[in-house]
Amino acid sequence: MRAERRAGWAMAAPAVLLLLAFLIVPVILGFVLSFTNARLISPEPTVFTGLDNFVRAFTADPAFFHSLVNTILFAAVVVPVQAGFGLLLALLVNRKIRGVVAFRVIFFIPVVTSIVVVSILWKFMYQPDGLINSFIDSITFGAWQGTAWLNDPSTALAAIIVLSIWQAVGFHMLIWLAGLQTIPEELYEAARIDGAGTWRQFRDVTWPCLRPTRVFVLITITIAALGLFVQIDVMTQGGPVDSTSTLVYHAVRMGYHQQQIGYGSALSLVFFVLVLIVALVQRVLTRDKD
Amino acid sequence: MHKGHAERVLRRRRRGWFYLALVGLAVFFLFPLVFMFVASLKPDGQLLSDIGGWRAFLPVGDISFHNYAAVFDRVPVGRFLLNSVIVTVAIVGLGLVVNSTAGFAISRLRWTGRGLVFSVIIATLIVPFETIAVPMVYWVAHLPTLLFQNGRVEYDFGWLDSYQVQIVPFIANGFSIFLFAQYFSTIPASIDEAARIDGAGWFTIYRKIAVPLSGPAFATVAILTFLPAWNQYLWPSMVVQDENLRPVMVGMQYFFQDNTAWGEIMAYTSMITLPVLVVFLAFQRAFVSSVAATGVKG
Repeated sequence: MRAERRAGWAMAAPAVLLLLAFLIVPVILGFVLSFTNARLISPEPTVFTGLDNFVRAFTADPAFFHSLVNTILFAAVVVPVQAGFGLLLALLVNRKIRGVVAFRVIFFIPVVTSIVVVSILWKFMYQPDGLINSFIDSITFGAWQGTAWLNDPSTALAAIIVLSIWQAVGFHMLIWLAGLQTIPEELYEAARIDGAGTWRQFRDVTWPCLRPTRVFVLITITIAALGLFVQIDVMTQGGPVDSTSTLVYHAVRMGYHQQQIGYGSALSLVFFVLVLIVALVQRVLTRDKD
Repeated sequence: MHKGHAERVLRRRRRGWFYLALVGLAVFFLFPLVFMFVASLKPDGQLLSDIGGWRAFLPVGDISFHNYAAVFDRVPVGRFLLNSVIVTVAIVGLGLVVNSTAGFAISRLRWTGRGLVFSVIIATLIVPFETIAVPMVYWVAHLPTLLFQNGRVEYDFGWLDSYQVQIVPFIANGFSIFLFAQYFSTIPASIDEAARIDGAGWFTIYRKIAVPLSGPAFATVAILTFLPAWNQYLWPSMVVQDENLRPVMVGMQYFFQDNTAWGEIMAYTSMITLPVLVVFLAFQRAFVSSVAATGVKG
């Protein structure tokens, strides 16, 4: 018994210590720093400033407000569209028809492409005289030449939404597909005997059986969407006029580029609270239905 | 007879529409990448004039690897690739050891605090890296580090600009531990008991029994940790300034910022996309089942 206890601790120790040092301590440190004026390099000592950082964010930092709104807007569009599109793709490739596996692989290829590469590539395609506009020009027979997508505050975020879904939807297609394949074929047979058509089969068998998958898909897309950073950093740096700045982007801009670690930590904490709220709401919603 | 024929025609037609939809979607997912690879082979003038038509997707005209050579001339991209390989191999390799031993301890051994430790590990899954990135910069800037100078071991503070700052924080991974624990718990306990009676220690059981029986778990964890390690961007862009230690993704962003030659930029992006694509296509079956495994936890 004692040997077992000692072995257990010894084998768990490396991972536990690493998680402690590089996850739990940073979480606590971030919380503490949120209430200080800490800077990365500073001649002045770090002092406790109470709620100053949060007051500043919510009253004196319009860029923060824009970032918060953009982040929520991005998630509000990406979550349903990406989840729905992913499910549609999963239903398409779930058939036992020749060649379907190849299409699964093709739809997944953008997922294994680095998001940095994807952002640069789409920035090129979104150029005023780029591929997207020349395509629009040719399908409308020159009636519309498109626009400078990323330079226009009214289109920049939408343009980023498109490429974000393009890149990530294949991942959720596979998650949905795994869920679909756990549904026993007998349920469909029974539904067909009852005279259910394609739509009724989907509504009465597929959809209810996918509930655990649905929860997982929605929660992972939401958390990823709220953490939007790379596309912004590579493509727009938050511009034009803060129309694409996000919470994480703003936190990195203030905390790292402007070296205001305390303020950046406070903004990260706001992001974390948002994630926790989403996770909690999801939990409550799913528990009620059980 | 007649009805069966009509039904067959109908089914064939429906299948035709189905394939048409799949092909349309395949075009949607592939056209940017085809465009990227083709563009990387063209000189800038032709690249821009080709954009207006089908030639944008065809490797025609003045095709060469000049853009690739130009990238190598301009930046030490070989060095960036090497750095990324070092960091990725270290994170994946060390991660497999550390997370599998922890998963083994949690799923097969009884020790005080096991339940608590496992709950905390599961709780860490809810923390996105973005929430701790900023305070972590402050944290690693103050961590002690050992230096070997003039034949003596000395210590200093600050992990910025090093390999370890890119590797060590990402070795332990709550989700990997969870996957290993789940997999190990499917191995019958009677095997352990038999080995114990034969006098085997716990580490021997881990190494000689659990590891050889858990190939799929190791493959899944390796695949799932490989991609984020290779694609690291936010973290190294904050903690690595030294060009000699810079990974490919950050190197590409710098290259992209002070360069307007799209052909060269496309050559760079193609160069770092191709190896991953080849690995993916070679192991696509394993990739697909690994991703499917992430959804199972529900």
